[in-house]
Amino acid sequence: MTLDYKALGLRVGLEIHQELATSHKLFCACPPRLFREEAEYTFLRRLRPTQSELGEVDPAALFEFQQGKAILYEASRETDCLVEMDEEPPGPLNPEAVDICLTVALMIGSRPVDEIHVMRKTVIDGSNTTGFQRTCVVALGGEVYVEGKRIGIEQICLEEDAARKTGESGVLHRYRIDRLGIPLIEISTEPVIQSPEEARKVALAIGQILRATGRVRRGLGTIRQDINISIEGGALIEIKGVQQLDLVSKIVKYEVQRQVALLEIRDELQRRGVRREELREEFIDVTEVFQGTRCRVLRSSIKKGRRVYALRLPRFAGLLGRELCPGRRLGTEMADRAKFWGRVSGLFHTDELPGYGITPKEVAELRSAVGAGEEDAVVITSGEPQRCVDALRAVLERAAEALEGVPSETRGPNPDGTTHYMRPRPGAARMYPETDVVPIPITPERLERIRSALPEMPEERLSRLMREFHLNRKLATQLIDSDYLDLFESICRETKVAPSLVAVTLTETLKSLGREGVKVETLDDETLKQVFISLDRGLMVKESIPDVLSWLANHPGSTTKDAVKALGLELLQEEELWEIVRGKVRENEELVRRMGLRAVGPLMGAVMREVRGRARAEVVRSLVERALKEFLGK
Amino acid sequence: MERLSGYRGELRRALEEEGINIGDLISVRSRGFEYRGILMPRSELEDEWHIVLKLKSGYNIGVAYRPGETVIRRLGEAEKPHFRPPPPPVSKEGLPRVSIISTGGTIASRVDYFSGRVYPAISASDLYSVVPELSEIAVIRSEILYSVFSEDLTPEHWSGMARRVAEEIEGDVDGVVITHGTDTMGYSAAALSFALQELPVPVILVGSQRSSDRPSSDAALNLIGAVTAAARAPFAEVVVGMHRTTSDTEIAFHRGTKVRKCHTSARWAFQSVNTEPLALYRKGRIEMILKDYRRRDPERQLVLRDRFEERVALVKFHPGFDPELIDWLVDRGYRGIVLEGTGLGHVAQRCFKSVGRAVEEGLIVAMTSQCIWGRVHMKVYRNGIMLLRLGVIPMEDMLPETALVKLMWALGQTEDREEAVRLLRKNIAHEFSPRTLYQPWGGVQR
Repeated sequence: MTLDYKALGLRVGLEIHQELATSHKLFCACPPRLFREEAEYTFLRRLRPTQSELGEVDPAALFEFQQGKAILYEASRETDCLVEMDEEPPGPLNPEAVDICLTVALMIGSRPVDEIHVMRKTVIDGSNTTGFQRTCVVALGGEVYVEGKRIGIEQICLEEDAARKTGESGVLHRYRIDRLGIPLIEISTEPVIQSPEEARKVALAIGQILRATGRVRRGLGTIRQDINISIEGGALIEIKGVQQLDLVSKIVKYEVQRQVALLEIRDELQRRGVRREELREEFIDVTEVFQGTRCRVLRSSIKKGRRVYALRLPRFAGLLGRELCPGRRLGTEMADRAKFWGRVSGLFHTDELPGYGITPKEVAELRSAVGAGEEDAVVITSGEPQRCVDALRAVLERAAEALEGVPSETRGPNPDGTTHYMRPRPGAARMYPETDVVPIPITPERLERIRSALPEMPEERLSRLMREFHLNRKLATQLIDSDYLDLFESICRETKVAPSLVAVTLTETLKSLGREGVKVETLDDETLKQVFISLDRGLMVKESIPDVLSWLANHPGSTTKDAVKALGLELLQEEELWEIVRGKVRENEELVRRMGLRAVGPLMGAVMREVRGRARAEVVRSLVERALKEFLGK
Repeated sequence: MERLSGYRGELRRALEEEGINIGDLISVRSRGFEYRGILMPRSELEDEWHIVLKLKSGYNIGVAYRPGETVIRRLGEAEKPHFRPPPPPVSKEGLPRVSIISTGGTIASRVDYFSGRVYPAISASDLYSVVPELSEIAVIRSEILYSVFSEDLTPEHWSGMARRVAEEIEGDVDGVVITHGTDTMGYSAAALSFALQELPVPVILVGSQRSSDRPSSDAALNLIGAVTAAARAPFAEVVVGMHRTTSDTEIAFHRGTKVRKCHTSARWAFQSVNTEPLALYRKGRIEMILKDYRRRDPERQLVLRDRFEERVALVKFHPGFDPELIDWLVDRGYRGIVLEGTGLGHVAQRCFKSVGRAVEEGLIVAMTSQCIWGRVHMKVYRNGIMLLRLGVIPMEDMLPETALVKLMWALGQTEDREEAVRLLRKNIAHEFSPRTLYQPWGGVQR
């Protein structure tokens, strides 16, 4: 489907979240890193949808609470203390994190607030032990330029990262609290982005600025985008927690397709004259129809004593199966809701039947059982009666929303760029002051100190890299997009290795090793730097770099020296090499006599095959020439 | 709320001149930049040069006020968010009747949107709407007795609480719950244990370590546990009911004379010292742990002994302790001193003269241990024996705080020193345990 985004009135706003590389978490002295082992201890909590003066209780959260939702938190003494457990008040706001946010603010012309006030933003899905996320505005306004277009910045916030979900079974949700409290900068753009590709470019540009500070964490999950998308006549949809930059444009594209298709379905329903009051809560037990069914899902469910329930959707025929975006139909959206509210495993609808082992005869009986004509759609689900009813009520609700167009909701990304229903959009006013943290005034002196040491903007740095290190634009751009820019400069300052070799290694070589499955993220700056220092000191040759890096990635804590030794890549002493070269000359006596000094080429090849990785080519060449002269001169 | 709460000095005058109140939508212009938002209260503890604004996004920020430069204008009254409380559940007929007496903790509360301040929710229907489960457990009658931080409570308040509980019991309830700030809840529990004798029904003190305005608060479960115990527990004693661990799974009921706040902030702060908790609330039920307890019996006649002598001090001995502190208490007319000695119950020899004088002047001097866990044994070392000879009374395995409360109570019952000593030595509410049982980790629940 090709879409004219301008004509559709597409408006996209981004919220870029990036973890900051501080020495400790935002409100306690715990180290900001993840705990990979088995949890050391766990504890169980229930988060109660508190009734604020707003009286606004998130209905989805309330429903889950009433169903008995509980959260099992996993923790370790290495990464967590009582602050993350919500057993101790927070410490003061980490000044290092504030400085990084102020640095970014000044880089993009955002205006720091005079005094920072920490707020509590209600979040009761379990990702925060407190039931709220601590967050604060550090600066307002500002802008970035992407291909000459001004993208306004609304605000820069500093927040605590949430606990990470590690599992869910029934009403028990598991979260690990190691990530909770890691400082996170949030940059929100104005909703001025007008195409999927522009969204990707803006995310990239902001990511580059963040990395230019040299003070952000790297690796998967350390940067996450929330994308707010709306089109004319559609609704504001918030897609939360997109981790891959490459998905951004696809998500925007698919979401536009989805909203366009939903608006078409609405128009079609209007043409058919479907009215809200025709959607009635008539949930009919149709288990009898499927007593002898060959549909495996229904058969095994009935065998377990569960029931099958059906709901008639008047004049919805053909619409449930209509594709909204690849692989997602209105029926899928209904199934998402049914799974959440009814905790059923899924549903079937007549647009996809007969099928899944359900016969035409069964479909006919189903239609007659609920009094559905050809122009109606019927949705069925199976499970405990109460769950079926809850599920079908949610389906009915979604059908009613289809009459209106696009329901405003929070959605989560799927790996293919489509999205799924997460929850209704939260009320705008769910912020309370965090009374345990005192406000922090931002003094002019502090701003002056930061302003005097601002990092270069990515554009300036790009020109400087090209000028100073003679890199081409492509390589310089790759460096800027990588996590290794500062490392590159420091290696070039400290060694005499050719900058282009350093740049290629830190970008293309690492990327291709990563694609081959090497865990390049385990290579820290110091390890990488040591490889170049060894190269510089003549302890290895540049051809060995990929092998050495792979070995180091598999042997954390080892040195370049260990790698070179283990791989048998130690350079040969000149005497050893001389013996090998003389041996080769003798072996090829006939060739040498025939070709004379022109035998350098073939001999080089023969020697290099034997000593690859253990000798530098220039040295080999000079020794071969010497040996030839010596031999021929005899 | 005060209309410009927290604002002082020049900034306050500027706001007053513009006729601005908290909750108004205002504009603040300074150095070519305009902020718009709702004026929020300012903490008295902060400086007087910042305006707190709630932005449209819901975030608060502080905007510097620079006299002569900053221009503040009132734009109008901010729209208050609507309050649509869900209808509170109706309490069911035939359930046990429980009285909830509030003394100042905010165990059930609402947050004010503009100020972020917490207001107690205390009517029965408020309680039902904040913790709807309560309506399934009991028919609740509730009232505010005090609104006091728990560190501001005095023995006079203990007497007031005891009398109020007695009236409720008179009024034929199945149990009483007292909501209380946690800092001195252990002292109040001990005081009520002595003041309310021959209890017919349970009296449960309950508080929260995480304020009830947050979704993770321990308050709701503590309250559910407390009301369940008041309504249905088989025991008729004064207990403290709080989280047993960090998890929202169990409430432990600790005897009022054996309970101590042992952590500054955690949910599991309350621990039974030198004994196990009396009972647990788990999965909607009350399970007894100790077997020796006074059983619920609505026919039993309550005996109210609500007087406390305030001229009693708890004195902690330490290296470098100046014995003149004891002399000072004697000179000031104190009637009793509870010493928190070292180890098995010792103070330095240099204190003996002052201790001896105190006893001679008619004070009761009792000995407890600052070890918290274990029992005082004053016949092991010479210093202990000397103190006994001077007339110091060992308090066995009693908590220092409980010993203080008990001595206040004993001296409140009688002017006769010998009778007071007799009461002090008598085991009234399980404050002494006859045996010291093995408790790994000193009894701290893990």
